[in-house]
Amino acid sequence: MNAPRQILPVTLTKVSLRRGKKMVLKEIDCRFDAVPARTLIIGPNGAGKSLLLRVCHGIVAPDLGQVRWAGETDPRALARSQGMVFQRPVLLRRSTRGNIDLALKIHGLDAAQRRRRVAEALERTGLSRLAGTPARALSFGEQQRLALARAMALRPRVLFLDEPTANLDPAAAHLVEEIVRDMSEAGVKIIMTSHDLNQARRLAQEVIFLHRGRIKERAPADRFFAGPKNDLARAFLNGELLWWRRRSVYDGVGGKSADEMGIDRP
Amino acid sequence: MDEFWRAILTAASMIWEFDAGLWEIIGLSLRVSLTATLIAALIGLPLGALIALGRFPGRRLLIVIFNALMGLPPVVVGLIVYLLLSRAGPFGVFNLLFTPTAMVIAQIILVLPIIISLSREILETLWGEYQEALRSLGAAPGQALVILLWDGRAMLITALLAGFGRAVAEVGAVMIVGGNIDHVTRVMTTSITLEASKGNLSMALGLGIVLLVLSFAISIGAHGFRHISNVRQPV
Ligand SMILES: Nc1ncnc2c1ncn2[C@@H]1O[C@H](COP(=O)(O)OP(=O)(O)OP(=O)(O)O)[C@@H](O)[C@H]1O
Ligand SMILES: [Mg+2]
Repeated sequence: MNAPRQILPVTLTKVSLRRGKKMVLKEIDCRFDAVPARTLIIGPNGAGKSLLLRVCHGIVAPDLGQVRWAGETDPRALARSQGMVFQRPVLLRRSTRGNIDLALKIHGLDAAQRRRRVAEALERTGLSRLAGTPARALSFGEQQRLALARAMALRPRVLFLDEPTANLDPAAAHLVEEIVRDMSEAGVKIIMTSHDLNQARRLAQEVIFLHRGRIKERAPADRFFAGPKNDLARAFLNGELLWWRRRSVYDGVGGKSADEMGIDRP
Repeated sequence: MDEFWRAILTAASMIWEFDAGLWEIIGLSLRVSLTATLIAALIGLPLGALIALGRFPGRRLLIVIFNALMGLPPVVVGLIVYLLLSRAGPFGVFNLLFTPTAMVIAQIILVLPIIISLSREILETLWGEYQEALRSLGAAPGQALVILLWDGRAMLITALLAGFGRAVAEVGAVMIVGGNIDHVTRVMTTSITLEASKGNLSMALGLGIVLLVLSFAISIGAHGFRHISNVRQPV
């Protein structure tokens, strides 16, 4: 077994990503360190949160700019030190247990270690009862928990979580928050998105506010929730950032939006 | 009408009594088509995977070509292989014309596009779904391929059965390159053609029944296989 190598800091320099004709991430400069342990990325639908996580995770290459993991530029080199739970869980056509087992097999663990870690991860996420069930027959919330169990079992140094509790019942959401907290206290860097602002308040030590592919504000959680400097972030927290009015409010009615032309707004 | 029932009765009794001539023909049919399917699978599955997962110039074109080749007319394939293997042809020195080997070669050409196209389609769809997860888990390309083949096995086997079905039911190619020589290259489809044209309906019908039973068995087998693997892991 190859022990996960240190991969922090994760550094993004002038990262831009194009999807179709649109720039969906624009010149993002940021750096993630071990402290603070839990960073939450928030922002409206379509802001680019999921894509930013993918780029940071190294499974989507930016069109411009560079991502480095502890100085390393090849995403494959440190792929095994990081895990991700996708917004839409992708499970393989195997049993619940088999999904975790396969992931561990990919990482080269022997059978005894795998058995132990599978049992541990299932137990922790409350899925032991469903170990033999085909993963794709699980309910959506169970699938999401399995995706977390799978990522957790790999013992990553950095864990990316994209809306991990979006489909969970309150008890399961609480469970996941607890797991996230425990992992971060054990030294795992957490980079997570959430639409649940209460959850963000509970978990975040640091907040990144993303809007239309740009980081508009990054601040310690207490300061951010006390009152963001950025007016868009403030509107977002107050529930006033209405996406169906964005264009008319910020770009003037009609004409091309600033984003389509790739121009930044003040 | 009388003749019809007599033919059916004779056919049934030939099958029932394991008529030696009949079984020789069935045996050769199965041997030729199974060999062709197996070789086509050994070539076609890796090629299908390569086209499904690879990114290279001309890929789109290859996909279109292999899709079109799925409908190759057997007689045309037979004719081309005939020309290649005939005395005057480039491979004439091997003396393969009118041998079972020639029939295998012709059927490989018929089956290959089916296996390539279907396996490409299957693996491409599965890859689209698995790609991010596998990359996130840090799977090396080889590992990813093994996982795709394993998780797609039920569908891939169905693709192979489709290829075998085409080979065993085809008459045009084996007729031309095999020549329908008794005890040498006579298979089910060619002898049905021959016996029917001679008016020997019971032999033709007997073989026809066997062929029908065989294709039912194939599709039931395919269904059963999918069913079993779906029970274990629903799609
Ligand atoms: N293949 C694509 N083609 C065109 N546009 C795309 C493509 N993929 C993503 N986008 C766009 O990129 C933007 C950012 O997508 P992303 O999934 O990162 O948003 P998000 O912030 O995660 O949103 P949500 O809160 O809904 O999860 C969206 O506007 C989306 O429509
Ligand atoms: Mg998202």
